[in-house]
Amino acid sequence: MVPAGHYLVLSAILFAIGVVGVLTRKNAIIVFMSIEIMLNAANLTFVTFASAMGDLGGQVAVLLVIAVAAAEAAVGLAIIVAMFRHRETVNVESFNVMHG
Amino acid sequence: MIFAFWILAVVAVLAAIMVVTNRNPVASVLFLVLTFFSLAGLFVTLHAHFLAAIQVLVYAGAIMVLFLFVVMLLNLATDQWFDVASRPFLVLAGLLGAGFVALLVVGGLPGYAPAAQGPGASLPPDLLGSTEAIGSALYTAYYLPFLVTALLLLVAMVGAVVLARRER
Repeated sequence: MVPAGHYLVLSAILFAIGVVGVLTRKNAIIVFMSIEIMLNAANLTFVTFASAMGDLGGQVAVLLVIAVAAAEAAVGLAIIVAMFRHRETVNVESFNVMHG
Repeated sequence: MIFAFWILAVVAVLAAIMVVTNRNPVASVLFLVLTFFSLAGLFVTLHAHFLAAIQVLVYAGAIMVLFLFVVMLLNLATDQWFDVASRPFLVLAGLLGAGFVALLVVGGLPGYAPAAQGPGASLPPDLLGSTEAIGSALYTAYYLPFLVTALLLLVAMVGAVVLARRER
């Protein structure tokens, strides 16, 4: 039996990789994929605690997170496609239409 | 079990690093699929069989097809592929990430094991993550978040259609 802490450290590593991706990449699609990695790292933590503590609530939470991630991916990619039509690029630094 | 954990963990981390560092967005998407598959395998080692199936179906299937479709639809110029931030920022981000993980390891997280005290603690572990157990939990104790999720998916669907529509 692998201790729960191993899964938690793996989840932290994946989350850190996702954060580094969001901070360093300028391609909006890659930034989006990094966010998906972070969501999955959180899911792994949920499942780890659900199985270590014998509580199903964590697994139900993962199901809801997956639904939210699907919704977020659909809307976010639609926004990226709409911005690409205006700017001909997916560089996040050119996405500044909300400047006051 | 320990053997499976280490293989899946190493594959997940390496694939995630490739997602973040790869120049080619299509390769990034495919490495992300590999990450999701190894996470599904890790869910199996945690006896969450239903979630492992959903992870493969929804994440590796539906969401990643959406990503791949958009990457290929936009057909970015090759000079936009290598787009990382300036080097000092890159080093700072890497150091912060490695420091965060090192802090957790030094703090003793790898050996941490919480006490099994939940309502399902007495059940055999295989039963906890079964489709039947998750289904009955979703429709009894967690029915309200389940209904809100349905609403959220409807709103997201309408929003995506409105955003993707061409203005005339």
